[in-house]
Amino acid sequence: MESVQRQNVMLPSPYRVHRVHRETEDTFTLELTGKDGAAPSEFIPGQFNMLYAFGIGEVPISISGRSESSGGWLQTIREVGTVTRALHRMKRGGVLGLRGPFGTGWPIEEAQGNDIVFMAGGIGLAPLRPALHVVQSKRDQFGEVVLLYGARTPESLLFEKERELWRAKFGVQVKVTVDAAGREWKRNVGVVTSLVERTSFDPDHTVAFICGPEVMMRFSVAELKQSGIPEDKIYISMERNMKCAVGFCGHCQFGPTFICKDGPVFRYDRIRRFLAVREI
Amino acid sequence: METLEPILSKHPFFKGLDKAYLELVTGCAKNVRFDAGQFIFRQHEDADVFYIIRQGKVALELSPPGRAPVTLQTINEEEILGWAWLVPPYHWRCDAQALELTRAIAFDGKCLRNKCMEDHSLGFELLNRLLPVIGKRMEATQLQLMDVYGAKK
Amino acid sequence: MTNEPRIIERNALNRLLEVLVQEGYQIVGPTLGEGAIVYGPVQSSEDFPAGWTDEQEGGVYRLKKRADKALFGYVVGPHSWKKYLHPPERRLWTGQANGTDFELTPEPIESTRFAFFGVRSCELHAIEIQDRVFIHDDHVDEDYKARRENAFVVVVQCGQAGKTCFCVSMNTGPKAESGYDLALTEILDEGRHFFHAVAGSPKGAAILQQVEARAATSSDNAEAEETVQKASQQMGRTLDTAGVKELLQENAEHPRWDLVADRCLSCANCTMVCPTCFCSTVEDTTDLTGDHTERWQKWDSCFTMDFSYLHGGSVRASTKSRYRQWLTHKLSSWIDQFGSSGCVGCGRCVTWCPVGIDLTEEVRSIREDKLVPLSSKKEASNGNA
Repeated sequence: MESVQRQNVMLPSPYRVHRVHRETEDTFTLELTGKDGAAPSEFIPGQFNMLYAFGIGEVPISISGRSESSGGWLQTIREVGTVTRALHRMKRGGVLGLRGPFGTGWPIEEAQGNDIVFMAGGIGLAPLRPALHVVQSKRDQFGEVVLLYGARTPESLLFEKERELWRAKFGVQVKVTVDAAGREWKRNVGVVTSLVERTSFDPDHTVAFICGPEVMMRFSVAELKQSGIPEDKIYISMERNMKCAVGFCGHCQFGPTFICKDGPVFRYDRIRRFLAVREI
Repeated sequence: METLEPILSKHPFFKGLDKAYLELVTGCAKNVRFDAGQFIFRQHEDADVFYIIRQGKVALELSPPGRAPVTLQTINEEEILGWAWLVPPYHWRCDAQALELTRAIAFDGKCLRNKCMEDHSLGFELLNRLLPVIGKRMEATQLQLMDVYGAKK
Repeated sequence: MTNEPRIIERNALNRLLEVLVQEGYQIVGPTLGEGAIVYGPVQSSEDFPAGWTDEQEGGVYRLKKRADKALFGYVVGPHSWKKYLHPPERRLWTGQANGTDFELTPEPIESTRFAFFGVRSCELHAIEIQDRVFIHDDHVDEDYKARRENAFVVVVQCGQAGKTCFCVSMNTGPKAESGYDLALTEILDEGRHFFHAVAGSPKGAAILQQVEARAATSSDNAEAEETVQKASQQMGRTLDTAGVKELLQENAEHPRWDLVADRCLSCANCTMVCPTCFCSTVEDTTDLTGDHTERWQKWDSCFTMDFSYLHGGSVRASTKSRYRQWLTHKLSSWIDQFGSSGCVGCGRCVTWCPVGIDLTEEVRSIREDKLVPLSSKKEASNGNA
């Protein structure tokens, strides 16, 4: 991949939509292989690709896993604009453009031998999923594994089967909550931060990975800190406008960092002071 | 009644409370249970009681006229249900419904608040424990209001 | 390579241009146009703005006649060489649909060999700053790299400075010390008009050898040195750069940002004229059939609302936050990102700001009334603990 990228980092390569998975009303997952069906390269959980819909445009999307059957990359996308709408219309066998993978990933090695807390908000579960897959593949190398997941409504919750698998088969403490629900929902309602005190982990030996809307991540960090996890054991995945993904276009600057190459995954204590500044 | 004191003394809500006060609080406490679907209290009713949930799950709900009920928050094991008993005008602000079989310790809030009027130290101790519960609930409401997961189009 | 300075008489300057053309360079340099001195194609030395100078102040640029016929008797205009190295618009690739498939064809790498004639020291530093963004960082912009490697740089040292100049403060001039192929100093003295020339690279030496010139005498050298010295004493502005990185990062909530936001029009002029601003966006244009598409890269500015658009809104919605982003990036976070300041002290952003906002003044105000005293940073944090 590296040598191909060197040629022209701004030129998307063709990838084939091997399958389309419908997740919720507005969210779907594309399974992408090479045009010839080959499995794409290695990636670090937390990294993202720039996906290009022909004639429409490009968007950064985190890799949400790898398909066990085709070996293809999974990209879970919520339809929020023109490009994601075009991607939503893609059918099996269709071709899209792709550049990547780019950026930093979740430091899973650092969590080995420790407890690990995943906190996800909304579509933020997607970039965490491949990290959970790694944990699942070597479960015995981790202590307590906790997944706290908040979403807007019960209908917008993602990856139910997998969450159940992690809970039942891999001993993951999975706690889910939604912001609002009708009476038919018999599970938690409330903010994702309220789940922290209902779980057990050893704060002195825990690494936390958070992904979700920025506001949700701020509150989550505060809650985890209160529970005793030090700031340098908390990692968050940031998001900003992005055009090039390689540090040329300047759009994704966040304080002195570029989200595209210094992030998207940052250790919290390293960006705390910039997070505190409004409109930075 | 004495059987509840060791349980209460260990609960975070009463942690550090003076022994005399703890005995007084224990004197106002009893075990209760609610079946799934049973309403524990209803909006606008007098709030004369509060609970520590020991087992089960309770939904705080609003039922806007002409619309389906909305669950605002769920209260789980070890958490405090109800703060309106100590905040005038002592009316419940929403409905509370047990989502499953729920066991709780119920406290006579009316009795306790009268004691608080007489003994402001007790009043301070209880308010000091209850205000964070209200604060957290308010913060949660603010977060929900921001609708952070919502898709802006 | 011989590094001995040579003297090229004014009437032999065209020979230098001819040699450059013979060597396959397309010469671009200062010309009169758009009511200013701008960079454009140059055929002969007659195209240079002989006898013209520029008068600059905050929000002011005016061409004026000189008393002499100096070719490079001005400071800098609104253009910078980035328009040739990092063009305002560049097609990245074209795409052709083919049923459900498509093919993308990258734009050929730019092969024009430019000779930049009349590069100032601040501009040379600006080019080196953009090199760090496009060549020496994690990824390489191959098109920029090719343009850069192909370019031949002829410096003309500054003989005067403008009222918005502060290269001395930024340590970027007025004398270009290295990084050029040829460095000229234009000297007009008692009816004489000649150029003191130094080669800065084997390429430069090879070109210089082909031009009619004589060895410079020690008095020629002294005169050349004096010319630049004069410019260094004419700086119209100063900027105290000591601790400016921390100063701006720690004063993100300074009230001065509100004051400057009241004046700033968010017009983006400063970013367009800045020789180091590199931000760009991409635009896809598709024909009516939808089968043919092109991706264009275009200069963008952090002063636009769209720049920070994310999920239905702008991260930097206020003018205050956008000005703060620009200035803090330029003088502060640039150092974190690329190891140097992003400012070369050319003064263009001051001159071309319609309301005359002066970054040196903004920094001074924040420094004089800083929220977090730099020297007592430690005590302050201890005091709060």
